Amino acid sequence: MSRLIRGLQDLRKSLKLLLTHNMGRVGIIVFVILGVMVIFGPYMRTVDPMRTGLPQNILQPPSSQFWFGTDHLARDIWSQTLYGARIALLVGFMAAVVTVAVGTLIGLIAGYFGGKADEVLMRIVDFFMMLPYLPLMIVFAAVLGPSIWNIVIVISITYWPYTARVIRSQVLSIKERAFVEASRSVGASDSLLIFGEIMPNVVPLMFAEAVLMVTWAIYAEAVLAFLGLGDPTTISWGMMLHFAHESGLMSMAPWWVIPPIACICATILAFTFLGTAVSDIMKPGYREARGL
Amino acid sequence: MALKGFAGFAIRKVVGAVITIFAIVCFNFVLFRIVPGDPVRLMFRDPRVSAQKIHEMYERFGLTGSLWDQFIAYLRQLFLHGDLGYSFARRAPVTEVIIDRVPQTLLLVLTALFIAVIVGTMLGAIAGWKTGTKLDSAIISVSLTLYSIPIFVMGIIILLVLSFYLGLFPLSGMYTIGADLTGWAYWKDVLWHMFLPTCSIVIWYVGEYIIVTRSSMQDVLDQDYIIAARAKGIKESAILLRHALRNAILPVVTITGVNVAFAISGVIEAETVFGWPGMGRLVYASVMSRDYPVLQGLFLVFAVLVVLANLVVDLIYGYIDPRIKVRSE
Repeated sequence: MSRLIRGLQDLRKSLKLLLTHNMGRVGIIVFVILGVMVIFGPYMRTVDPMRTGLPQNILQPPSSQFWFGTDHLARDIWSQTLYGARIALLVGFMAAVVTVAVGTLIGLIAGYFGGKADEVLMRIVDFFMMLPYLPLMIVFAAVLGPSIWNIVIVISITYWPYTARVIRSQVLSIKERAFVEASRSVGASDSLLIFGEIMPNVVPLMFAEAVLMVTWAIYAEAVLAFLGLGDPTTISWGMMLHFAHESGLMSMAPWWVIPPIACICATILAFTFLGTAVSDIMKPGYREARGL
Repeated sequence: MALKGFAGFAIRKVVGAVITIFAIVCFNFVLFRIVPGDPVRLMFRDPRVSAQKIHEMYERFGLTGSLWDQFIAYLRQLFLHGDLGYSFARRAPVTEVIIDRVPQTLLLVLTALFIAVIVGTMLGAIAGWKTGTKLDSAIISVSLTLYSIPIFVMGIIILLVLSFYLGLFPLSGMYTIGADLTGWAYWKDVLWHMFLPTCSIVIWYVGEYIIVTRSSMQDVLDQDYIIAARAKGIKESAILLRHALRNAILPVVTITGVNVAFAISGVIEAETVFGWPGMGRLVYASVMSRDYPVLQGLFLVFAVLVVLANLVVDLIYGYIDPRIKVRSE
């Protein structure tokens, strides 16, 4: 337990370290902006982003009434943009939690027990890594039906094998270390060894995987939504582009496509930067080089 | 002796690929049956379809009888007749629908891949050669940025700017409809339509080739034979082209095979944005019309392609790399 707390403290230190890294700083700034969009969105002159408006308000350019203009159903683009941040972050974080949880569990079990269990699990992992990810997601999303939770599941299906592999190889080296042996010799059970001794040591790795996963999930959600597999009860940036492209009217309404394009690019780049920063600060010698 | 080692290696790889393909076929079968309801219900959410008609469909698809019977019927149709089912949206066998789209997709993917490999390897080699300079960091940061942007987003940007606003390129499709061009004029028209979808894929791909070639180049440049070549006084450009690049290019071969999965994803996005009539556009059209048999067939084709591409790369590598032969003996 004390090791888990220490692991979390390390995590807090890592967050502080992130701010010393240029890319990390950019990533965190964009992340805070997204957070503001999500939390304060409802108070920032937004209306229901799905509510269709009056016919005379169709495809209106930006004005004092519609800050970012309207789409082909006279819906408010400003509201759609703000609510899109909600979907992007929700899908990103939920998928990261699901993937890291599943991947870590599989990786811990395969790495710790080895032998037959490892072989079977790794075969399954290899199989899923072999499947082409976008067709796999499309097929699952089409079969399961469109909803936010199904999109989260579909995205997690494509990424958990990578997390499982990374965690497994780390576990293989950790389980040989002296403190694990020491615990075992005083009679610790398998589950105590796995979750009490080994897992706290893969927490930084889980964090790095989660950052990668958020990036990947936001990207994947945008692609799926663009291909018409988004949740029809909400609106996301990918869906805004889907409607704009599908309607054939996007050339007449640049205000319709610029906000989602800017948001998707900024968000994915910010999380990519964050991922680079996290892997940089985890390299041995980073702190020393910066005199920290 | 060496061939024997390689033959053993090759046989194991081929058997592995066959098992994987069979697993994919089973996976595909199960996937469309784990859902609540069944494939026919999924296809006919329309209440106007009569019970009689639905029953006919069940028989036609081999959906009567136990799951096991269905599975056997499915395998027989697939392996003996190459039958992937029947598309309702298109009223044609799925196999035909898909085969019609293959040439267009191959044309697009192979062209994009070819350009990306050439440009990416060149830029990557230069970046690796000039590691640490401003040129290197410029190449790397631009390619990383472009690589992070989804193809469909990049596609929409270039479609809007170059086609809509500047009017330089057509908006969608593969050729000018109604122009009835033949011969050279036809191909010129196709090339003109192809330019933007190819660009959107190349921009994305190139980033990866740059990054891989760059790091491989850096490894090669540390080798003794480069130092020896320099000591002999060989011109820098000759060292780069004849000595370093030749060896740095090996990892590029590998990622090209492994990247088939990425290529498929890229082509789905690009074809959708630019209305290119290939397999990717077919994926999108089938999603929009909820044409499950076609989706299922496409998934199978894509997955088998990935397995085969990996097999080919494994075999080429096993043949080239002596260490693999030794290990298998």
